[in-house]
Amino acid sequence: MILSSLFVAFCAASVIVALVPLAFVLFFVVSQGVQALNLAFFTHMPTPVGESGGGMANAIVGTLILTGLAAVMAVPIGIVSGIYMSEYAGTRFAALVRFAADTLNGVPSIVIGLFAYTIVVVPFRQFSALAGGFALGTMMIPIIARTTEELLLLVPGSMREGALALGATRARAVFSVVVPAALPGIITGIILALARVAGETAPLLFTAFNNRYFSTSLTQPISTLTVQVFTYATGPYQDWHRQAWAGALVLVTIVLVCSLVARVATRRLERMHARG
Amino acid sequence: MQRKDFGFRVGTGAFALVLLLIVAAIGVELTRQSLPSIQKFGFSFWRTQTWDPVAGDFGALPFIWGTLYSSVLALLIAAPIALGIAVFIAELCPAALRQPLVFLTELLAAIPSIVYGLWGIFVLVPAVRAVETSMPASLRSLPLFSGPPLGLGMLAAALILAVMIVPFTSSVSREVLKSVPAAQREAAYALGATRFEAIRAALYYARTGIVGAVMLGFGRALGETMAVTMVIGNNPRISTSLFAPQYTMAAVIANEFTEAADNLYLSALVEIGLVLFVVTLIVNSLSRLLIWSMSARTAPAAEAATPPAEEAA
Repeated sequence: MILSSLFVAFCAASVIVALVPLAFVLFFVVSQGVQALNLAFFTHMPTPVGESGGGMANAIVGTLILTGLAAVMAVPIGIVSGIYMSEYAGTRFAALVRFAADTLNGVPSIVIGLFAYTIVVVPFRQFSALAGGFALGTMMIPIIARTTEELLLLVPGSMREGALALGATRARAVFSVVVPAALPGIITGIILALARVAGETAPLLFTAFNNRYFSTSLTQPISTLTVQVFTYATGPYQDWHRQAWAGALVLVTIVLVCSLVARVATRRLERMHARG
Repeated sequence: MQRKDFGFRVGTGAFALVLLLIVAAIGVELTRQSLPSIQKFGFSFWRTQTWDPVAGDFGALPFIWGTLYSSVLALLIAAPIALGIAVFIAELCPAALRQPLVFLTELLAAIPSIVYGLWGIFVLVPAVRAVETSMPASLRSLPLFSGPPLGLGMLAAALILAVMIVPFTSSVSREVLKSVPAAQREAAYALGATRFEAIRAALYYARTGIVGAVMLGFGRALGETMAVTMVIGNNPRISTSLFAPQYTMAAVIANEFTEAADNLYLSALVEIGLVLFVVTLIVNSLSRLLIWSMSARTAPAAEAATPPAEEAA
């Protein structure tokens, strides 16, 4: 009896112990970030050391460009390989691809950075936005592929069979019936994957590198929110620290908004499936 | 099979092949780039402690030590907590609390590593430093607590890592617990078990899967980069002290790669990355194997349990 209540108390306490750091992190990011965040943060360039003010306009644009590049690379590959895994779920090749996706998902992001360095930076002899986008895209592919696969498997088999019975080819059945049925979920998955890679720092350190100036060139080094926060956080100046907190607030806001949107969307989907 | 369907299969299969190619290419490229270091140092790279870029002398032992020490420590802190959360959410908590709690624990995993690092530098490290300075001198003389009270060091890194791996381990353990057949629990209750005893029976039944979940967290901890880099102190010296600044494999790559001027230095760093890749691959595969063997064992049992119920209905 005593053992039993001790056990329940331990389990409840674990939940609290885990949520305390979450509350602490969010509290500090919001309270410190709000003080430093203003319109200039979004519209101005970083100021030289010693001058206060300034913003991260170049880093925000850089993060947008890199996540865009990553999406261009990862969305088609991820979705189509997800389709393969769900359509030919029982085959040995599908199992192998699934294993590769899970493996790639578990590869430390810093190692993905090394890989992008050897594939893109070394041949061009230059850090570039392309290399950063390649690194982030490589991380996105397995996430999108696995989400797509899981969501397609949820689509009732009768829908596919109906299309096939009407004489559709397999491709037609998949692209006009099965995929559209799962599309809201797949889009949610893509948004979550984008939020996740937008917060990555390690794979960008020696691929996209950093840039003090405003650049939209794909073949030049480019600044990103995360790398800029890293530079500022580990630097010695008060002003930099303030900017780092503001950057962190923007990053956390992106993540929070995406998670909430995804949660609402999944709930709606679940209700839809329950009805249908 | 129709010709067109064959085209569809080959077409989508080609995209799927890309995933396999990427994994293979990571292995091949990292091996190719680390050849100079492998040829020069061989196995002594993993046994020696000198890290002297100026003299071109590289030994990776301090980084391996730091990675293993921080990950094991983080696991010791995180595993019981993660398991407690999994049991609480899966078995104990009121249904209305379940979804919000799942959302909040998953939010822990969604916060970017760099934000944890920033928080670590400005909030956690000063707190750890305060603990260190307030510790009595008699304790400070123990090897576990020796060293300057910097705040930066092994303890701060392990704490941050623990926070970061809790959501992974707890969500997988929760899934594993959910896959325990209801018949198991019903049998326990039928034998007169209390709720606690029934949960204990379920945990015992799910043990392989839970070990897998813990290993998955371990794999995450091994490769975690930014947050650790920012709080561990980055000092390539082996120490057992929780307060000593140390270094990890991922951190040394993150810090020194852009500064590495010559080929041998770059190659040594890539070799560290290669080993990190291979080790996480093995740890993750093993953990998935454990989780999979657990669900494979559960599936037939669950099927066997259902038909009589249907007949009765």
